Amino acid sequence: MIDKRYTDLAAIVADCADLHDGATVLVGGFGDAGVPEHLLDAIRVLGLRDLTIVSNNAGSGDYGLARLLKAGCVGRMVCSFPRSSGSVVFEELYAAGQIELEIVPQGTLAERIRAGGAGIPAFYTATAYGTTLAEGKETRSFDDRQYVMERAIRADVALIHARQGDRWGNLTYARTSRNFNPIMAMAASTTLVEVREIVEMVDPEVVVTPGIFVNRIVEVGP
Amino acid sequence: MMNALSAAGIARRVAEDIVDGAYVNLGIGMPMTVADYIPDGREFVLHSENGLLGMGPAPAAGAEDPDLINAGKQPVTILPGGSYFHHADSFAMIRGGHIDVSILGAYQVAANGDLANWALPGPKPPAVGGAMDLVAGAKQVWVMLSTHVAKDGSPKLLSRCELPLTGLACVNRVYSDLAVIEISPAGLVVTDMVEGLSEDELQARTGAPLTFAVDCRRLVDET
Repeated sequence: MIDKRYTDLAAIVADCADLHDGATVLVGGFGDAGVPEHLLDAIRVLGLRDLTIVSNNAGSGDYGLARLLKAGCVGRMVCSFPRSSGSVVFEELYAAGQIELEIVPQGTLAERIRAGGAGIPAFYTATAYGTTLAEGKETRSFDDRQYVMERAIRADVALIHARQGDRWGNLTYARTSRNFNPIMAMAASTTLVEVREIVEMVDPEVVVTPGIFVNRIVEVGP
Repeated sequence: MMNALSAAGIARRVAEDIVDGAYVNLGIGMPMTVADYIPDGREFVLHSENGLLGMGPAPAAGAEDPDLINAGKQPVTILPGGSYFHHADSFAMIRGGHIDVSILGAYQVAANGDLANWALPGPKPPAVGGAMDLVAGAKQVWVMLSTHVAKDGSPKLLSRCELPLTGLACVNRVYSDLAVIEISPAGLVVTDMVEGLSEDELQARTGAPLTFAVDCRRLVDET
């Protein structure tokens, strides 16, 4: 019988071969909406080093991603907007030269992740053509418009926050907390999900992330 | 006596140009206020790049929902007919040319439509968000300038941008506190300007040559 449910947060991150020093980790969320705060705390406890974190923002306050950064677990951030108000921990690390940063336009970041999950190694986009963010990248003209080649992002692990899930790993999300979560769930070797509620079965008509993309889920409450 | 438009006056003027039924993305800050001046009888569908169509106004105090925010991470509401979607779909709407108008702020705009609105010199980490995607993908890109010139008096409209670019030849129109300026293949064409301002005075505040539409309208702040 398929059962992707784990009893608690310690269990869901235990014996996960893809969680290792130097791993690339996709972290869902936009601002404070849909961030897998519980899973971020659970992997911080593992004391990993030199992680590459792919996330729209770079954490705020002293919780979740910011705590992982403060604990010295992260060597590199890939994000579109690390400068949100309250993004103090990241800014201190950046100013001290203790963290690498790759800035990616938000839509290009989303599509690189989607492409990674869909088995597409690269794609062309007009976004950022002629700007500093396209420097060094291959360009090509299609139908008299210039495009930049962007590579897909694949990760070792994705950390996802969802609203409801079932034992097959089918997921739904809450309003704009959906954001990067469904595409990140597709693009990692191991996808770990925290859900507010585990239900017997998610209605197949409203499933947003089909269980094929999910490896482990844990209930964390509302 | 020159009567520069207030921020609300600029927002009202922008809203006038958005047609009924348009899908519109409003940038963080001043562009967001355009939503407060939708003319009677028109319905715009506001797109928020974090996965929301049909964005409504801020909720009443105490009714905020942390799961329902806009691209500026502020609490918002959803209107009837709205929908939620993930980030790749949201930017497919942008990149795929489904958004009619993107309205943004700017540091500098060039006469050929180049836009600089994402990076200033300094030690802070760079942050781009969705600006480069919006200017590359939306059908129309309009810029709002709260002031026609920078604090030091230097023009924001230039022959060439000096700051890092967000996109090349992407801006279609600029709305400032002094004028509405169309960016055409022939350069900057003034279609509206405030009362009490002469053509020479506007040109003196602009870093690229202006031409003036024959039916150039005089703007009055009605807010």
